[in-house]
Amino acid sequence: MTEKKKLRIATTSLAGCFGCHMSILDIDERLFPLLDLVEFDRSPITDIKHCGPCDIGIVEGGICNAENVHVLREFRKNCKVLIAIGACAINGGLPAQRNHLDLSACLTEVYLTEPGLVHGHIPNDPELPLPLDKVHPLHEVVKVDYFIPGCPPSGDAIWKFLTDLISGKTPELGHGLIHYD
Amino acid sequence: MLPDTNPIYGESPRCDLHADLHEIVAKYSGEKTNLLQMLIEINACAGYIPKDAAIYIAATLDIPLARIESVASFYSLLHLQPVGEYRVLFSDNITDRMLGNLDLMEQMCRQLWLQPGKVSEDGLLSINTTSCTGMCDQGPALLVNGYAITKLSSQRVQEIGQLIRNRTPVAEWPADYFNVEDNIRRGGLILDNTLAYGEVLQAAKAITPETIISTIKDSNLRGRGGAGFPTGIKWEACRNAEGDAHYVVCNADEGEPGTFKDRVLLTTQADLVFEGMTLCARAVGAKKGFLYLRGEYRYLLGHLQGVLQRRRNSELLGESIMGEQGFDFDIEIHLGAGAYICGEESALIESLEGKRGVPRNRPPFPVTHGYLQQPTALDNVETFCQAVMALHMGAEAYRAIGTEKSSGSKLISVSGDCAYPGIYEYPFGVTVRQVLEDCGAVNIQAVQISGPSGICIGEHEFNRKLGFEDLPTAGAFMVFDDSRDLFEVARNFVHFFAHESCGFCTPCRVGTSMLKQTMDKIAAGHGTKHDLAEIENLDHVLQTTSHCGLGRTACNPVLHTLKHFRPAYESRLKSLDFEPAFDLDGALARARQMTGRDDAGAHLKESE
Amino acid sequence: MTNTFQLDGATVPFEPGQTVMQAALAADQYIPHLCYHPEFKPHGSCKLCTVKVNGRTMASCTMPAEAGLEVESDIDEINALRRTLVKMLFAEGNHFCPSCEKSGNCMLQALGYDLEVHAAGFRHQYPDRPLDASHPDILLDFNRCILCELCVRASGEVDGKNVFALAGRGNSKHLIVNAESGQLKDTNIALTDKAMQVCPVGVILKKRVGFSQPIGDRRYDESPISAQALQDAPRPPSGAEHD
Repeated sequence: MTEKKKLRIATTSLAGCFGCHMSILDIDERLFPLLDLVEFDRSPITDIKHCGPCDIGIVEGGICNAENVHVLREFRKNCKVLIAIGACAINGGLPAQRNHLDLSACLTEVYLTEPGLVHGHIPNDPELPLPLDKVHPLHEVVKVDYFIPGCPPSGDAIWKFLTDLISGKTPELGHGLIHYD
Repeated sequence: MLPDTNPIYGESPRCDLHADLHEIVAKYSGEKTNLLQMLIEINACAGYIPKDAAIYIAATLDIPLARIESVASFYSLLHLQPVGEYRVLFSDNITDRMLGNLDLMEQMCRQLWLQPGKVSEDGLLSINTTSCTGMCDQGPALLVNGYAITKLSSQRVQEIGQLIRNRTPVAEWPADYFNVEDNIRRGGLILDNTLAYGEVLQAAKAITPETIISTIKDSNLRGRGGAGFPTGIKWEACRNAEGDAHYVVCNADEGEPGTFKDRVLLTTQADLVFEGMTLCARAVGAKKGFLYLRGEYRYLLGHLQGVLQRRRNSELLGESIMGEQGFDFDIEIHLGAGAYICGEESALIESLEGKRGVPRNRPPFPVTHGYLQQPTALDNVETFCQAVMALHMGAEAYRAIGTEKSSGSKLISVSGDCAYPGIYEYPFGVTVRQVLEDCGAVNIQAVQISGPSGICIGEHEFNRKLGFEDLPTAGAFMVFDDSRDLFEVARNFVHFFAHESCGFCTPCRVGTSMLKQTMDKIAAGHGTKHDLAEIENLDHVLQTTSHCGLGRTACNPVLHTLKHFRPAYESRLKSLDFEPAFDLDGALARARQMTGRDDAGAHLKESE
Repeated sequence: MTNTFQLDGATVPFEPGQTVMQAALAADQYIPHLCYHPEFKPHGSCKLCTVKVNGRTMASCTMPAEAGLEVESDIDEINALRRTLVKMLFAEGNHFCPSCEKSGNCMLQALGYDLEVHAAGFRHQYPDRPLDASHPDILLDFNRCILCELCVRASGEVDGKNVFALAGRGNSKHLIVNAESGQLKDTNIALTDKAMQVCPVGVILKKRVGFSQPIGDRRYDESPISAQALQDAPRPPSGAEHD
């Protein structure tokens, strides 16, 4: 039997805190057997800057600015299966707590009228991505195939989910591993 | 019909609410079951329900203050905040749309410098849309301070704007604005009846209640409100149900968009309606009856009260009717206040009791546990009329009209693309094609039978027959010619259901609103195949888990048009599998404005 | 024995007047539910308890038990409907579990777990629902309200206070409190009220005790809701057991 081709995985964090990526590292020593099955494309783990054709894309964080949209689209275009990981990617999470507020009011408050600010101005460097008026979960911007809930999901949950997926089963977390918090 | 001059219903200038509050409470004997009626009068008097009035009513009726807000906020014609001295509501049924209501509303907004839904800064007026006001054969229509104005034209809207600007009291507006036509195009059993009022009741004196019921049963009369339940069986069950009191209720909450036959019956056949209710009362042993009149038909109240009074004077209502000891029955009119769901029988009863019109859990049904949990016979306006005719003619003669399973006649409210919109009465069994021919409709693409909750049929089905065995209908018949976009028709209906959902159960409260968002997404050009799948999923949940008929039928307009007119949807879809529901580049507009940027990085393409 | 029906193949006895849900719980058979509470008259609004009865879908909490019914509950088709309903509730409100002190004790969350719901999936509505923190001892976080009316019922029927009511309709339906100011501090609510105990989610909260029970150590951390709901169900009085 020839050796099975390794699955290619890309990961990124958008409007998130990298907590989900920390949880990926919490897979701990099981990362070694995992690496027998997969190889990493674009990911904070590899420092590859752009995503090539992949089997699985794992995206942490919601969509709060224009750059998030570009990166998410790159992932969707290149990954056969796209997974939203963590509360922010799934429902906007903490960044989405600004959704009740008007963006102009937020920017004004933060950069212009906050007590203690002098000569404040709203950053307008073209290098900076512009914020969207609302924060969106991933599935409102592209089609998402799977969701791993949690804030962050535990290493065990991620391990269970990925091993199910890699072995061709519909991933199930079950009691103890499924968490929204 | 002009607003009456009763001080309680008086329009601008507003009456002195504080003086009237005592009068309002006294008029309704301080009964909690009359809470909604009191709130309607306060709203009519002050234009809204001021907080101090709410506090006064709560204290006087000894109910929690929160209940006032709870009840009032359920009904779209009641307000807890001022909505202007003039409240203008454009009827927004699809037939009004087809006649250009949105352009007219925009014209009025421009003329009066106002945005729809907002109250003008000087508190003079507000302009908005409202669900179908039942004037589809003479639209576009609007309500001003609750009174219907029909046949709007650009000129009429201009004049109305001027009257408002001049603060002319509504009671002084030209009377012809308020003219509501009957537009009876084809009469029959009901509309051409030559009965003298009281005639059938007089004849029924000689027969027992049991005979009334058996005649109705033998006549095969079925309810005309849409569900088609056998009337005789209902009356019999009500009669046999034990209770402290029995009630008769007439459902005149004609809210199904495209239906207006009850309005015409109440206008031209009020005696027949009340006679039917009185016969029903005799059959079931009721002493009290209610007519629940939709708020949009408030202009009929004076007329109906007049007919009731005349019947009382003629001993056809009241104590010892026609001199018969123990035959006591009287009818009270209760108004609705803008809630389609109150057409559902158990929601109507909740509303009659002065509460939010939330459908009850059934069983038990109203025949055993209706008004105040007592046995209640609740029927549609037309059903009571048909019952009178069935008793007058005898079961056999009545059954000879119509078809085997649908006896008698049916009133059809025809509107939309035809030369002669109005009321048509046919024996059951008439084909759709025949109705289309009679109303002068040509190049017809589809007909919406029985309103948004009914079905949409295409040309290949025009030989189908109106009747319980084929196409059951509550009477709406909206005609769409081949210039119409059936996706937009369905979208209008979906908006209607989302607006009218009572919010009690999860699937309808959330599902109708999500269905609306998905239809809007497709309309905005962001739709994909994924969205059609989402619609089908929502439809399934709505149909299988909703609490009442509203949720279960809310997806009908979409299901039927998707089935018969799928290209109307597909032509709007993107070829992609997925598109966001919102304009991504538009979502950056605020940030562009705040930063003053307009470089390439400050924009997002639709796709890349 | 004639007073029995079938639930997923099990024989369930019932007393006349019981609903399918009441009889099922009394017989140690779990049917998922949110707005149903054994101490209150069945309400039938959340629809999580939808079952298939003789081929038709019905809310089991309000459906009167009848002899010979064939009730299907734990089947793929019905669980799929329940999943969609849970997703709708999550998308409708602002259910940000990571910051909610009810997390782990929340019935909506626990049902999501038990039904293996990984995401709401729908478009989130992000409604604007300001908190009411006016009361010295009680916080109201309306963001999480699922409109089950349990607090309305408890305050009206048990406490006799009518502190809560529902206003609006359709998707603008919302919870209000009975005070001229509209604020909880101006009501006569007390910590000992039944209304304080019945919220299935994290709307009505006692202040300053939110995390005295650590996350991870909470009711639904121990075992899934399906394994625990029976503990709340009223048992038939002794001697009334069917055999």
